[in-house]
Amino acid sequence: MPRSADTLLSDFDAGKVPALARAVSVVENHREGYDALLGALHSRTGRARRIGITGPPGAGKSTVTALLVANYRSAGLKVGVLAVDPTSPFTGGALLGDRVRMEAIALDSGVYIRSMATRGSLGGLAAATREVADVLDAFGFDRILIETVGVGQSELDVARTADSTVVVLVPESGDSIQTLKAGVMEIADIFVVNKADRPGADRLRNDIELMLGLRKGVSFGNIPAHHGVDLKRVNPAKVARDAAASESNSWTPPVLSAIAREGKGMQELIDALDRHFAYLERTAKLAERRGGRTRERVMELVESGFKRRVWSDDATQRRLEQMLPDVEKRSTTPFDAAEQILEQSADLMAKPREKGR
Amino acid sequence: MRPVRVLVAKPGLDGHDRGAKVVAAALRDAGMEVIYTGLHQTPEMIATAAVQEDVDVIGLSILSGAHMTLIPRVQDLLREQGRDDVLITGGGIIPKEDMEALTARGIGRLFGPGTPTSELVGYIKGWFAEREKQEA
Repeated sequence: MPRSADTLLSDFDAGKVPALARAVSVVENHREGYDALLGALHSRTGRARRIGITGPPGAGKSTVTALLVANYRSAGLKVGVLAVDPTSPFTGGALLGDRVRMEAIALDSGVYIRSMATRGSLGGLAAATREVADVLDAFGFDRILIETVGVGQSELDVARTADSTVVVLVPESGDSIQTLKAGVMEIADIFVVNKADRPGADRLRNDIELMLGLRKGVSFGNIPAHHGVDLKRVNPAKVARDAAASESNSWTPPVLSAIAREGKGMQELIDALDRHFAYLERTAKLAERRGGRTRERVMELVESGFKRRVWSDDATQRRLEQMLPDVEKRSTTPFDAAEQILEQSADLMAKPREKGR
Repeated sequence: MRPVRVLVAKPGLDGHDRGAKVVAAALRDAGMEVIYTGLHQTPEMIATAAVQEDVDVIGLSILSGAHMTLIPRVQDLLREQGRDDVLITGGGIIPKEDMEALTARGIGRLFGPGTPTSELVGYIKGWFAEREKQEA
């Protein structure tokens, strides 16, 4: 196995999977030199389309992911998959079982699957998922599929990570009030109602369409009756979508039906993803989303660098210890103490980068 | 310290995965990241998954009697990929002389029925700590 950073990079460049896997580990664990590695790879990123797959537990995310991969493979594209499962907050252990549903693509040399544990991150992804996606991007994958943990309502990191977000739901996912709630319903670029052969699938689709229509401000002004509005005749999301199609600079998420177990609905999903990406490119939304990611990334690094420089400084630590008793005795406030520490540590920011960082 | 990554796999044709699941859960509860791949895995699938996931340890559960074929095959495939640093361990119905033969080829300890899960947790943790010390 490559030990030094140089052999790791040259094996990585040669397209060797063990080197890719090790690079992912280095980044995931923030092992020494991970930032230099990511820095070396940075210029090669930005080619892959990143697709997020999210939804409640058992909705069929892994099955949909595996089918998408198979579809992309038959089009000759190389695909990387990041499958995230939760870490136990009690033991720190994790059982990563997404590969079980991905057997059909397991031996394809154009596919790389990596399971990640959340390791305490609560947004539905692992803290390092975005960085690992960069590694996969630099390795030359055309598509990167990011499958979140089974989500509830507020795990939304995937929307900040992916170019397109697919929300997979099942008929049991809830009633019309659930579809109105904030959170995961708002991040979908595409909805998939999976297991559509089960009772309630049509109703869920209607509820989502209604929610989407309301969001776009499509009213029922021209509809005479107020009881039992037949959504098959007057579908507000369809009205919004038709309007969107004519102006072509807005997007109303399509609501697709699928029976992933039988492979049904996948071509429609591929088509919708292509349409969505074309829309992102056409409207400069892609640059906006990716630009937002870059901004966030640099800000994160500034913040973590700030923290590290401040708290690794012995003088600052001493000042903190000196200050605490006064705060305890109520002779100064936590705010004044913090302000003083910040002022006295101001010169730390100008320090040259520490070695190895 | 980073969590130990373990691939728990069930090669071959027998369909008894209770043991593998019990072991997977025990390793998870011991703070490890366990990648579980399900039943009927070929040695090729196991080696591919182990390389992609960059695991430290592979735990194989074999009850079919095919251990003398399957375990060395996994080992050879890993070597081909330059991953001879992975600990291959496991358990099942394996006669003592076979265990010895496999250990002689560089396979880790193999556990028989009735082994308390704490024993293999201790074994893997001990092996991992030793290797981390060597690398440091």
